[in-house]
Amino acid sequence: MPNYKFKRVTLFAGHYGSGKTNLAVNFALKMKEQGEQVKIADLDIVNPYFRTKDSAKKLTEAGIELISPAFANTNVDLPALPQEVYKLFSQKGFRAILDIGGDDRGAYALGRYTPSILQENDYEMIFVANFFRPLTRTPQEALEVMREIEGACGIKFTAIINNSNLGKDTTAEVVKNTVKLAEQLSEISRLPVIFTSAETQVAKELDIDGVLPITLQEKFFDIKEN
Amino acid sequence: MSEKVLMKGNEAIAEAAIKAGCRFYFGYPITPQTEIAAYMAKRMPKIGGTFLQAESEVSAINMVYGVAGAGYRVMTSSSSPGVSLKQEGISYIAGADLPALIINVQRGGPGLGGIQPSQSDYFQAVKGGGHGDYHLIVYAPASVQEMADYTIKAFDVADKYRMPVMLLADGTMGQMMEPVELPEVSANEIEKPWAVRGTNCARPHNIINSLYLKPEQLEKTNFDRFEKYKEIEKNECLYEEYMTEDADIVLVAFGIAARISKNAVVEARKQGLKVGLIRPITLWPFPSEVLNKTADRVKGFISVELSMGQMIEDVKLATECKKPVRLCNRTGGMIVSPEEVVESVKKLLSEVE
Repeated sequence: MPNYKFKRVTLFAGHYGSGKTNLAVNFALKMKEQGEQVKIADLDIVNPYFRTKDSAKKLTEAGIELISPAFANTNVDLPALPQEVYKLFSQKGFRAILDIGGDDRGAYALGRYTPSILQENDYEMIFVANFFRPLTRTPQEALEVMREIEGACGIKFTAIINNSNLGKDTTAEVVKNTVKLAEQLSEISRLPVIFTSAETQVAKELDIDGVLPITLQEKFFDIKEN
Repeated sequence: MSEKVLMKGNEAIAEAAIKAGCRFYFGYPITPQTEIAAYMAKRMPKIGGTFLQAESEVSAINMVYGVAGAGYRVMTSSSSPGVSLKQEGISYIAGADLPALIINVQRGGPGLGGIQPSQSDYFQAVKGGGHGDYHLIVYAPASVQEMADYTIKAFDVADKYRMPVMLLADGTMGQMMEPVELPEVSANEIEKPWAVRGTNCARPHNIINSLYLKPEQLEKTNFDRFEKYKEIEKNECLYEEYMTEDADIVLVAFGIAARISKNAVVEARKQGLKVGLIRPITLWPFPSEVLNKTADRVKGFISVELSMGQMIEDVKLATECKKPVRLCNRTGGMIVSPEEVVESVKKLLSEVE
């Protein structure tokens, strides 16, 4: 992981489908590797399909506590948050990672914890950007989504991670082409771009500063292609 | 050439519809297709279009009926239980000969079923669904790119034949993210002299209606409509063949089941088994001709479906039962694996050899 001093609480938010969950899971695993005590909470009660719980086995095996809605990944996916989320803020002395649902709709759920997070004031809220997603193609559009999310949850972003990718068509070149867009977003939002995240193989070929190599986590249904 | 973006199948449908000139969307949220409505809610106001979340699916489909009568490109989307609710309206739209696009991102059933992907609305989509003698042209996309491409085509075909068209996808297709290129569409919209848009007192009224008081008249209308269907069967049938030339066993599958089956073909060939795939892209009209011809040279067929076996009936009809037709299926939101398909190939081969 590139050098960056994170606060105790890390919130991953952004546009729907920008790769928040994948990034949050990778971040949790890396923090754990560095010897930290880590808890991760799935606050996405908007999308019942791709979620942190898909990586439950991997996280649990690594010794990371996963807090997710009781019925996640079942057919009775109720939009209710478990009470365990509160302990992320009532207790301290470990790293808390929160995977927030997409867009302003997904960020509303975070609002109920906002007073605790602001009071402790030891948090980082990261905007996960993918400039290949249709409604955040430009820095201006991304900024619009940013402001909508901030309005919904009552917390302001503190940093940006450029997670731009084109799924299976991602190459180093593809990612590199978005660096300028991320810089422009940084300029208009006045927030630092702390990393560019890319799949491990792509990351190796990426000759830019601050690359965070990530692995793609398993999905609830994965269609393997030849 | 337009640039690639990373989209969910549901988003690709919505953006493609906008590119095709659709400016009216009426719907009601239901998993796993809600992204279509969410996307439309964000985009439509920015381009002068109308997004309206109706109070129910029944209401939404009747709004579609109204706008279709006015001759504007219009769509609705839902998932299985919601599409059941729309059937009365779809029958009225078919009965009034109006173009409209209905999206079904299928989930497990019957009843409320579940939210995971399924293909068990095949009968409903191709055999009528609503009441009366009618057909929908039904497209079954198998990638996010095809979700976009066939959405655009669906609008053109609906206009051309003045009839409702359905895009039959499933939860996987709706939720999966893939790179997609959205084509720039030139205005393909044709003149609609039948549309109810005001006469300016310059011509007689147009009438949009599906009620016929004289049975002779209704019979003639139905006869005429089925003449049109014959044309469609001749012109609009689409399918893909994959490694069928030397195949002993041919898999028949659409949508996500076809993607899995393609993997199964590759896997089976690695094991020395001669397997091919016929993928219907239109479910109605069904690619009966190619299946019938293929039946003369292969040893058997396997219908791979995420249902209890619905398309298999059409495969049997198309092949006139000249060769055995077996089913390889999962249902209720479960997904068939390439390994299961290969196993079913081996089983059938052991029976016919």
